[in-house]
Amino acid sequence: MNSFFTSWTWKMAWRDARSNKRRLFIYISAIIIGVAAQVAITSFRDSLNTTINDQSKELLGADLEIETEQAPPDTLKAYFEVLEGEQSTITEFPSMVFFPKTGDTRLANIRALRGNFPYYGSLETRPAEAAQQFKSAPAALVDQTLLTQFGIAVGDSVKIGRYTLPIGGAINKVPGESAASAMVGPRVFIPQSVLDSTTLIRRGSRVEYKQYFKFSDKRDIGLITARIDTLEAQLGIDISYETVEERQAEIGNAIGNLGRFLNLVGFIALLLGGIGVASSIHVYINKKISTASVLRCFGASSGQTMSIFLIQAVVLGFLGALAGTLLGIGIQYLLPSLVSDFLPVDIRLTTSWLAIGLGLFTGTGVALAFALLPLLALRKASPLYALRTLDRSIISLLENKVKVIIYALITVTIFGYAVLLTQSWQTAAIFTIGIMGAFGLLLVVAKLLMQTVRRFFPSHWPYVWRQGLANLYRPQNQTSTLMLSLGLGMLLVSTLYFSQDMLMEELGFASRADAPNLIFFDVQPDQNEPLNQLLENKNLPVLQNVPMVTMRLDSLRGRSARAIADDSTSEVRNWALEHEYRSTYRDSLIDSETLKEGQWIGQAEPAQSAVPVSAAQQVAEDLKLEIGDSLTFNVQGVPVQAYVASIRAVDFQRVQPNFLMLFPEGVLEQAPQIYVTVTRAPDRQSSAEIQQSVVQEFPNVSAIDVRRVLKTINQFIDKISFAIQFMALFSILTGLIVLASSVTTSRFQRIRESTLLRTMGASKKQIIKILSVEYLFLGLLSAFTGLILSISATWLLGYFYFDIAFVPNGWVVIMGTLIVTALTILIGIANSRSIYRKTPLEVLRAEAT
Amino acid sequence: MDERPILEATNITQKFRSGDRELKVLDQINFTITGGTTCSIVGPSGSGKTTLLGLCAGLDRPTQGEVKLNDIALAPLSEDERAKVRNKYVGFVFQTFQLVPTLTALENVMVPLELRGQKTEEVRREATALLREVGLKDRLEHYPTQLSGGEQQRVAIARAFINKPKILFADEPTGNLDAETGATIEKLLFNLNEVNGTTLVLVTHDLSLAKQCRRTIHLKNGRIDKDERSEPVTVEQIND
Repeated sequence: MNSFFTSWTWKMAWRDARSNKRRLFIYISAIIIGVAAQVAITSFRDSLNTTINDQSKELLGADLEIETEQAPPDTLKAYFEVLEGEQSTITEFPSMVFFPKTGDTRLANIRALRGNFPYYGSLETRPAEAAQQFKSAPAALVDQTLLTQFGIAVGDSVKIGRYTLPIGGAINKVPGESAASAMVGPRVFIPQSVLDSTTLIRRGSRVEYKQYFKFSDKRDIGLITARIDTLEAQLGIDISYETVEERQAEIGNAIGNLGRFLNLVGFIALLLGGIGVASSIHVYINKKISTASVLRCFGASSGQTMSIFLIQAVVLGFLGALAGTLLGIGIQYLLPSLVSDFLPVDIRLTTSWLAIGLGLFTGTGVALAFALLPLLALRKASPLYALRTLDRSIISLLENKVKVIIYALITVTIFGYAVLLTQSWQTAAIFTIGIMGAFGLLLVVAKLLMQTVRRFFPSHWPYVWRQGLANLYRPQNQTSTLMLSLGLGMLLVSTLYFSQDMLMEELGFASRADAPNLIFFDVQPDQNEPLNQLLENKNLPVLQNVPMVTMRLDSLRGRSARAIADDSTSEVRNWALEHEYRSTYRDSLIDSETLKEGQWIGQAEPAQSAVPVSAAQQVAEDLKLEIGDSLTFNVQGVPVQAYVASIRAVDFQRVQPNFLMLFPEGVLEQAPQIYVTVTRAPDRQSSAEIQQSVVQEFPNVSAIDVRRVLKTINQFIDKISFAIQFMALFSILTGLIVLASSVTTSRFQRIRESTLLRTMGASKKQIIKILSVEYLFLGLLSAFTGLILSISATWLLGYFYFDIAFVPNGWVVIMGTLIVTALTILIGIANSRSIYRKTPLEVLRAEAT
Repeated sequence: MDERPILEATNITQKFRSGDRELKVLDQINFTITGGTTCSIVGPSGSGKTTLLGLCAGLDRPTQGEVKLNDIALAPLSEDERAKVRNKYVGFVFQTFQLVPTLTALENVMVPLELRGQKTEEVRREATALLREVGLKDRLEHYPTQLSGGEQQRVAIARAFINKPKILFADEPTGNLDAETGATIEKLLFNLNEVNGTTLVLVTHDLSLAKQCRRTIHLKNGRIDKDERSEPVTVEQIND
C-alpha cells in the first residue's frame, strides 16, 4: 500500500494515462450514467424530505384532524367545544355532479366546508379570491381537471343532488393532496350551508365527517388523541384522527417507497456500469502486462506496478463519479415534472450533500470494485513476460481462492448498498439474489453459446460467416461481457414493459363484449324498482341488482374484535376486524363464487339462534376462520349472531359487486340497506345518456363508469410507468455505453487480425461482414436471453404478486430482439470503422500505443 | 577487469508443466561469469537460452539449483527483493526493445533511476546525456511509435546503462533489426559496455554477434554443449 503514495507511482500513472485518454474515457463513461441516476434520485428524495419537513403542517392543513363515519354524536361534539381553538368541519362523500351547460355527469368527491380550513397552506383557486368567497356567495369550487374535461368555465353552474349553484372558481391545489388524487375523485367544494339542500345525505350513504383544529397555544396533541381513544371505546363508534406528525410520516413512507424503488432501478444502471468498467479495465490491463513486466525488470516492485494502474482506476473512477454526480444534480431538475402529479407538496430543490457524497463514494467504489480482479492479477505478472508474451487473460494468473473472495466482496457490496437504499434486509437480499441469479444465468448462456458454436461449428459455411462466428469463442472474446450488459439491460427494460402490459391486459376486461361497464350504487330501496325500470326503458340490461347492508364485526369466537386487535400475539389481521362490511343476502351462489369448505345454506331457519354465513377465502384467511366459528355482527346498532357455515372462493376481479360476507335469505331483509345495480351500456353515448337521466331523477345515486375508471387507471399507470421508465432509461443508456465500450475494447482485440486480413487482401466489405456476423449473434442471443429471463420474471411477478396469469406478447418479443440486435450491429460497426478507414500501417502504429 | 565472479549458476534445472507432461527446459547448468567480461549464450531455438537468461537475471526462480548475482543468492529472495537487486546491479536489452509505449524516449531512460528515488532533475540530466551519447539528442520527447526500430533499441540501450549496472543482459538485441542497423547497435552496445566496465551476457543465435564476446556458452537440449573462451573479434573484423 506504501507504493500507492509514492511520487513515482503517481508520476508514472499520469505519464501512462496521458496517451491513453480515449481508452480511459471508455473506462469511466460506463459509470457516469449510473452515478447520475443514483445522485438524481437521492438528491431528489432528500429535497423532497426537506420540503415535507418544512411544510409539515401544510400537509394536513391543520394541527389535528378527527374523522367519523357518522355524524359526530353529542358527546363528541361537546368534546370539540371543550377543545376550543379554531375549528372547521368538512362533510365528505362521493356523489354525481351534473353540468347543465353540457349535460355531462361525473362521479366527484364532494366536500361541504364550514370554517376557515385550511389553516396552514392555502386552497389555491382561480380566481384566487374564490377560495374565500365561495362560502358566502354561495358557490362551488370545482377541480380544474373536471372543468377542462367537460369544457366548463368558472361562472357556469353545477348541480349536486337537488341543488344547483354557480361555479365560483377552479381548484388548482388542495394542501397535502397531490394532483393525481383529482384524477381518481375530482374534488368539489361547497359551503356547508347548502349541504341539506342537496338532499344527498341519506341513511346508508358513505359519508366522512372531518373536524379540523388549529390551536394557537402549544398544547399536547397526544393528550387529545388519548381522550379520543377513550371516547371511541365509550361511544362504540369508529373515530380516527390524524396529527401533523402522522401525516408527515405517512407521506414520507409513501415517497420513501417510490424513491427506494427508483433508487434500485438506478442502482442496476450503476451495476451495468460496473460491468463496463470490469470489461474495459480487463482489456486495458491485459495490454499493460508487457509495460508492467519491463518495469519489474528494471526494479519496480509488484506493489509499485500495480499502484500505477490502481491510481488510474481510483482517479478515473472518481472523475467518472464526479461527472456523474454533476449530471445527476442536473437531472434532478427534470424529476419534479415526472412525479409532480403524485406529490402533495411543491418541491423545493436543494443541493443534497448526502447525494453528492453518495455519488462520489459509490461511483469510485464501484469502479474500483469491478477493476479489482485485473489489478490484483497484475501483481502476479512475472517480469518474465518482458521476454515471453503472456498468451492468455491476465485474470488466469489469479488463484481461484482470490477470485472467489473478490466475487464475494462484490456481492456483499451490492447487498450492503441495496440494504442502504431499501432499508430492508429482505428486499436487499431478494434484489441481490435476483441480480446475481441473472448475472449467473447470462454467463451460463454465454458459456453455452461459446461451447455450442465451437462444437457444432459450421465448417461448410462461407468464410466471413465462419470468421464472424469463431470470433465468439476465440481468446479474449467479448461474448460474456456483451451478453451480460445487453442481456441485463434487456431483462430490466422488458420486465417493466411486460408488467405494465400484463396489468393493462388484465384491466382491459371492460372491452369484452359481455362485461358490465356501469355500476349504480347508493340506490335507496324506494328508488330500486324505478331505476331498474328506467334501465329497461333505455334498453339496458339489469345484469345484477343486489341489496347491500353495512355492518361491523363486534366479536369473533366469543372475543371482542377490539380485544383481538389490541392483542399483539393475535395473528388475526386488523383490517378484517375493523372493516365496514358491505354484505348482501341471497339463496344461492353466483358464477363468480365457488364453495371451498363447509355447506352453503341459502335460507336461514327462523328458529335458529345463529345465522349461517359464508366467508370469502380472503377474509377467512385473515380472520383465521374455520367452519363453525361464531361471529357477532353489529348491523347498524343491532347485534346479529352468526357462524361460519361455508368458505367461498370469490373472483373479485369481475366487474360486479362481490362480497366478503354473504348472508342467507331471511335475516337482513328488514335491515337498512341500499341497492347496487350493474348494467352494460353498449357505447360511450348511451352510457352518458343513462348517467344523465339517473342523476336527474335520482340525484343521490352515484354511478361508476368502468370505462372512465379504466382510463383513469391507465393514465395513472402511464404516469407512474413513465417515471419508472425514465429511470430504466439510465440502464438502457448505460447498457448502450457498455455495449459501445465493449465493442471499442474488443476492437482493440480485433484490430490486429482485421489489419492482417486487410493486408492479406480482405476487402472492407468482408471485414464489415465478419464483424456484423459476430455482433448479429451476440445481439440476438443476449436480447433473446434477456427476454426469456424477463418473461420468467414477469410470470413470477404475475403469479406470486398480482395473481395474474401472464402470457407474453409475441410481437414484443420479436420486435425487442430485432431492435436490440440491430442496435448491437449498428454500434459495433460504427465503432469499428477506423479498422477499415485507415491504412493497415496506420492502424498497427496507432495500436502499438 | 574485475576477476571476481559476478554471476554464478550452480546446477540449474528448470521444468515446466504442459498439461500432464513435465518439460525439462534446462538440465544441470553450471557456469561462472567474471566481472567486466562479455559472454554470449547461443543455441538453436528451444534450447533454453531465454529461460537461462531469465533465471540468471532473477526474473524467475529455477526448479532446482542456485543463481548468485554479485555474490547475492537469488533463490531465497522474494520477487520484490529480487526487483531491488535488478534495479541496483542489472540492465536489460530486449529483442523487441520493450520500451514503455506511453513514455517518451527520455522518460523511458529515466525509469530505473526514478525507481531508486533519485531527484528528477538529476535523473533527467543523466538520461539526456546518455541519449545524446547514443545519438538521439533530437529525439528526447518522441514516443516509441515515432522512432524507428534502430532508434528504439538505442533508447533501450541508454535505459539499460543509466543505472550503471554491473551486469547487462541482452536477449537477441539485434534480432529485430536489419543488418546495417544491427551492426551499429552491436557497436554501441559493446562500446558502452567497455566504457562502463559492465559485464555483458547476451543471448543470440547470431554466431557473428556471439563471436564478439570473450566467451560463448553453447546450449543444446537444455544442457551446456560447449563452453568456449576466445579473443573477441570486432564487428568491423567480421564484416571484413
